[in-house]
Order: sequence, then C-alpha cells, then structure tokens
Amino acid sequence: MADHISSSGESHGSVGSYLTGFVLAVILTVASFGLVMSHAMSPAGTGGAIALLAVVQIVVHLIYFLHMNGSSEQRWNVMAFVFTVLSVLVLVAGTMFIMHDTAINMMSR
Amino acid sequence: MLGKLTLSAIPYDVPILVGTFIGAAIAGLAVVGLITYYGKWGYLWREWLTSVDHKRIGVMYIVVALVALFRGFADAIMMRSQLALAYAGNPGYLPPHHYDQIFSAHGTIMIFFMAMAFMQGLMNIVVPLQIGARDVAFPFVNTLSFWMTTISFLLVNVSLFIGEFSQCGWLAYPPLSEQQFSPGVGVDYYIWAVQLSGVGTLLTGVNFFATIVKMRAPGMTYMRMPVFTWTIFCTTVLIMVAFPILTVAMGLLGLDRYLGMHFFTNDGGGNQMLYLSVIWGWGHPEVYILVLPAFGAFSEITQTFSRKPLFGYKTMVYATASIMVLSLVVWVHHFFTMGAGPNVNAFFGIMTMIIAVPTGVKIFNWLFTMYKGRIDFHATMYWVIGFMITFSIGGMTGVMLAIPASDFVLHNSLFVIAHFHNVIIGGVYFGYVAAMNFWFPKAFGFKLNEAWGKRAFWFWFVGFYVAFMPLYVLGFEGMTRRMNHYDNPEWHPWLLIAEVGAVLIACGIVCQLTQLYVSIRDRNLAENRDLTGDPWNARTLEWSTSSPPPFYNFAILPEVHELDAFAHDKEAGIDTRQAGGNYQPIHMPKNTACGFLIGAFSFVMGFGAVWYIWWLAAVGLIGVIATVIARSSDNDVDYYVPVSEVVRIEQEHTHNLMAAQAAE
Repeated sequence: MADHISSSGESHGSVGSYLTGFVLAVILTVASFGLVMSHAMSPAGTGGAIALLAVVQIVVHLIYFLHMNGSSEQRWNVMAFVFTVLSVLVLVAGTMFIMHDTAINMMSR
Repeated sequence: MLGKLTLSAIPYDVPILVGTFIGAAIAGLAVVGLITYYGKWGYLWREWLTSVDHKRIGVMYIVVALVALFRGFADAIMMRSQLALAYAGNPGYLPPHHYDQIFSAHGTIMIFFMAMAFMQGLMNIVVPLQIGARDVAFPFVNTLSFWMTTISFLLVNVSLFIGEFSQCGWLAYPPLSEQQFSPGVGVDYYIWAVQLSGVGTLLTGVNFFATIVKMRAPGMTYMRMPVFTWTIFCTTVLIMVAFPILTVAMGLLGLDRYLGMHFFTNDGGGNQMLYLSVIWGWGHPEVYILVLPAFGAFSEITQTFSRKPLFGYKTMVYATASIMVLSLVVWVHHFFTMGAGPNVNAFFGIMTMIIAVPTGVKIFNWLFTMYKGRIDFHATMYWVIGFMITFSIGGMTGVMLAIPASDFVLHNSLFVIAHFHNVIIGGVYFGYVAAMNFWFPKAFGFKLNEAWGKRAFWFWFVGFYVAFMPLYVLGFEGMTRRMNHYDNPEWHPWLLIAEVGAVLIACGIVCQLTQLYVSIRDRNLAENRDLTGDPWNARTLEWSTSSPPPFYNFAILPEVHELDAFAHDKEAGIDTRQAGGNYQPIHMPKNTACGFLIGAFSFVMGFGAVWYIWWLAAVGLIGVIATVIARSSDNDVDYYVPVSEVVRIEQEHTHNLMAAQAAE
C-alpha cells in the first residue's frame, strides 16, 4: 500500500550524494582503526577520539543515506530522530551513571 | 564439513526427549497427512503462508503463540513436578543439565514466542480495521516479520532434538553464558533465535507505527483514535526504542562467543555488569510492550460490555503515554543488588514507584467505566475482572520490590517469580485471552463458546492463585529461583500446593482447546454465527464491516466524526459502510512468497551459525540477500480489485445484514 504510492516530495539523493557519504564513511572508519592500531594516543584519549569519530559517522549516515534535513516534509523524521536521540541519551547517561557508581562502590578500579 | 555437529549431538539416550520427539513426529506427520489427504497444500500456500493480508497474518501469529504456549507450559509443569519430587533423598527425574535448559527455554519461549507472537497477532487483526485502513503500511514487511518470528521459534524447538538449549536462564547473563562456562551450542541457539525474532519484531514496530501515523480514516484525529490503537501506538514506539538495544546486547555477547572478544568476560577488560544494564534497558520496556496492548484490549472490552463509553478516555491516553516514557527509566530495579550505590538505587526505585501511578489511574478508569454500567457478564468480561484483581496484587508486590532495601531481601528468590507471573499471567495473558474471545468473531465470523470460556477462566484464575501464592511464601522463606533440588522440610508442602496449581492451569488450557473445538464444531448454529459483523453492539470501526471482513476491509473508507466512530454513527443513524455508495476500484497488494523464503534462508543461516557450519550459514545469508534483491526489483506487486467484485461482496453482506435484522 504505502510503499506503492510514489514518493511525496522527499529527496532520495543522487549518485553524487551517496558517493560523498560513502567516501566520508570510509575515511571516518579508517581513521578510527588507524587511531587504535597506531597507538598514537593514550588509551583514554583513543577512546574519546573514536567516540567522537563515531558520532560524526552517525551524522554522515543520517544526512547522506537517510536524507534527513530540516524541511517541512521531514517533520516526522526529525521528530522520530529527536525521540531517538533522547532515548539514547537516557540509556547512555543512565548506564554511565550506574556503571560509574558500581565501579566506585565495588572498588573495581 | 558439519562443524560441531556430530551424531552425539542427538540426545537419543534421554528418554524424555526421545518420547517428546516421537510425540512431535507423530503429531507433525498427522498434520501433514491430513493436509495431503484433503488436498489443501495449494490452498494453504496461496491463501495463508504467502498471504500479505494482515488478518490472516494475525491469525497465523496467534496459532504460533498457542503452539508456543503449549511448549512453554509443558516446560512449566515439568519444573513444578521436579520440585514437587526433588526433596531430601529424592533427586527428582530431571538432572540439573536438563532442568536448566527447561527453565531457560520456558522463559525464552513464553516471552518471545508466546506473548510477543500473541501481541503481534492481535495488533495485526485489529489495528488496521480499527483505524479504518485497508491494510498495513508495508504488507510485505508484515509477512516477513511473521516468518522471522516463526522460524526463530522453530530454531528453539530444533534445539530440543539436535544439541541442547541454553542453560543460562532466559536472559543468558554472562559470565555463565560466555564460551568459557557454556562451551556447548545452547547459548548460540538462544542468541540466534532471539536475534532473528528481534528483526521481525522491530519491523512490526516500524510497520504499525507508520500505519497508525499515515493510514487513519479521514476525520480520525489522534484524540479520536480508539484506546487499543493508542496502546499499540505507544507499544510500537517502545519496540523501536528497545529492540535495537536487545540486538546490540545479543550482538556483543555473540562477538564474545564467536570471535573471542571481551565485552562481558571476566578477563581482558570485560565487564559482565554492563550486560545487565544493557539487557534490562531492553527488558523493562519489553514488559510494557507486552502489557500495554492488554490494557488497550481491557479498555475496549470493558466499555463494550458495560454498555457505556470508556470513563476518562483522555486520562487513559495520557496514562498510556506516561507509562511509555517512564518505562525507559526504571531498568535498574532488576539488579538493585549489583552494587551500585544508594544514589542509583534511590533514583530508579522512585521512578519505579511513580510508574504505578498511571497504571493505577487505568484501573480506576476501568472500575468507573463499570460503575453504573449495565454490565453483561460475558466470558470475556470474566477475564477482565479476574485481571483487575490479580494485576492489582501483582502491581503491589511490584512496588514492594521497587524498594531497594526490601529488594535486597527478596532478590533472586521465588518472590520475584511469583511477582512477575502475577503481572504477566494476570495482566498480559488474561488480556490476550480476553482479546481473543472478544475479536474472534471478527476474524472468523462465529463466536467462541461461552460455557467453555468461563470454565477455562475459572481453572486459570484459581490455578494461578494456587500455583503462585505459595511462591510468595517460599520467597519469604528464602527459597531461591532456578533451584533443582532442596532439603528444607518447610518448603516441601508449599511446592506440592504449587504443583496442584500447575495441574489446575493445565485443565484451563484443556478447556481453552475444547472451547476452540466446540466453537468450530457448532460454528453454523444460528446463535453462534455473526452475520451482522457487530455481535457485541460495540463502539469502534472494526465492527462496522462484515465478519470476517472482506480482504479489502472497507469498500468505502469510513468517515470519522467523533471518538468511538461506529457508536456515534449508530446513534446518529448513519450507515458507516455507505452501502451502495460510489464504489471505486480498490488498490491491493499481491501475495508473495518472499517473506517465507527470507525466513527459510534465515533459519538455514541461524542453524549453520549455531553449529559452526560456515558454508551453510553463507548459503543462508546469500539466499536472504538474493531474495531481498529479487523482491526489490519486482514491480508486479499490486493490483486493482474491480468494482464489480466489490459490489458483489458488499451486496452479499447487505443481504446478510437484512436477513439478520429480519430474524430479530
């Protein structure tokens, strides 16, 4: 049903935008592996750096592969995205809160 | 060539399993033989297995759920019998290796394949009809979801006869579930079954979210949506948030086991406590994914059989939405004793207590709906009232467990088992059975037998209390869960009582099967036939079409003027069907075998991966990808139902309606 109705105005990208996304994703992935394998930074620094690269990677996927932008046709996408970010934050922050407290309490570090 | 799979993986030396295998083989051969005898293979394949009709997919989901109930209950009564016997000198009849597989399989099957399949079946049958749509947003994805769930259940059952199942409980906590302590294939079966069925569930979530957002009938604003649709809406949001977490948890555990990584191991910097936090980040929303649809069903049933509109529709919607949000921030109450400090435990304890408030609001709404209503004590209503009593007790013991200090006393004891069965049987299961009794005539065109329905209810209701109230006592007496043998004389009588309860519940299941049999036998009796499509004088749109509905649901999409659209139309004398109106050709999806094929290839992949038969897993994976590509490049996926066909079907229903009115 809905998948047979032709697209209602949302952009589905072009070969160029997909290629841009792909190249960016490859660069970000190789950079993460490179950082870890070259031991160029301290363990904590490496962790922080690859986390940062991962977040950039997410943004690249959202823009180039999932075609997310601020236009009005994308209202539902953006709402869903905001909700996703919120719940991920709740989970990540919650887990860090729990694991940090546990680590201190159990003297595991 | 065959990876880890050798002849010794077949448990032909375990009499119970050999007996089960012979029984299952005979039953399977009987079914195959009957289908062949009546020449129904073509019908089955064309009309059911490859169907994209949401009503048929829903029915198949519920059939899977009932088979899973049977399997899960067989596990349950085996556990209760073991504990009734295994006292002092008697070791019982199940060695720990087998017993541990049984309790793991019981939990896994009951949650993932009984409750989840039942819930998806109900939402498939009801939601598109209730919002006045002709199908779901993505009919192909719907059949794919169904097959992913079904083949995963098959994978769990294959583990009975080839190899073993997980012995690590239904959530497979590391480090026990790691390669070091569980070197067999049991945990791999668990991981692949959960992972593959998780794909199906996630797709269902996306599909129904899109359906509810995009395909409501003209005039149905959000605040005119029936409560059941609202609860499904919130459930799909929770599915979309929670199931990816499960996928990640299983993925990381799988990496540990297959590639020797160290996410949750004791060594190499792993942290098994992190697994608890991640898995319960899915696990707690999951229980609300299960119970919200039950709440929706209770709302529809209560208002229909109390003969008045639901009390506090808006508060019901807001309560559902608050539960949806709050359920994401309570997960630590499953592991208060892990060692996080009072800050963490206090926060999550308080959040857990707060979630009882919207749930309480709902209970009062149902009570006030019944208050001064003209209540029809139909079998369906019995389950609702039984639920309100049972669920309230379960909710209160839940609030007890939400207090971290008392949780330290009760954690991992049978008190916890009693509590969650109290809410899952009393809330989820009673709700789904009530819903099945309520919507059965819509799906099949005849009613379920009431007398057997009431018998089933009483056995389940009494059986539940006899089976689980002793477990509360045993929890206070310090009996831990998952115990295979004990020698405390104080526990023995309580476990004997619990065994009696399990037998009573078995009688309840027999009554339910009898109810199905008797109803099908008497389906053509005038009092059982539903010719009008509205057997209960109900309030929402699904009752405005015929029973069973035509495959396109509505010849003309209904106009919604108010909440409870159908009740409003009946009062105002409007014909919701607009019979004889301006019919147009109807755009419908074609049936497809692709869902079935992707499911079958996924099964091959899962089985290959469980046994380290890598070429087989590769065949499965390539098959999945090839089928997806073939399906994506197929443009012949839809057709138009001609007006003449629509007119013929609609006139037949109009005749039935007039005949039914004449009979009155």
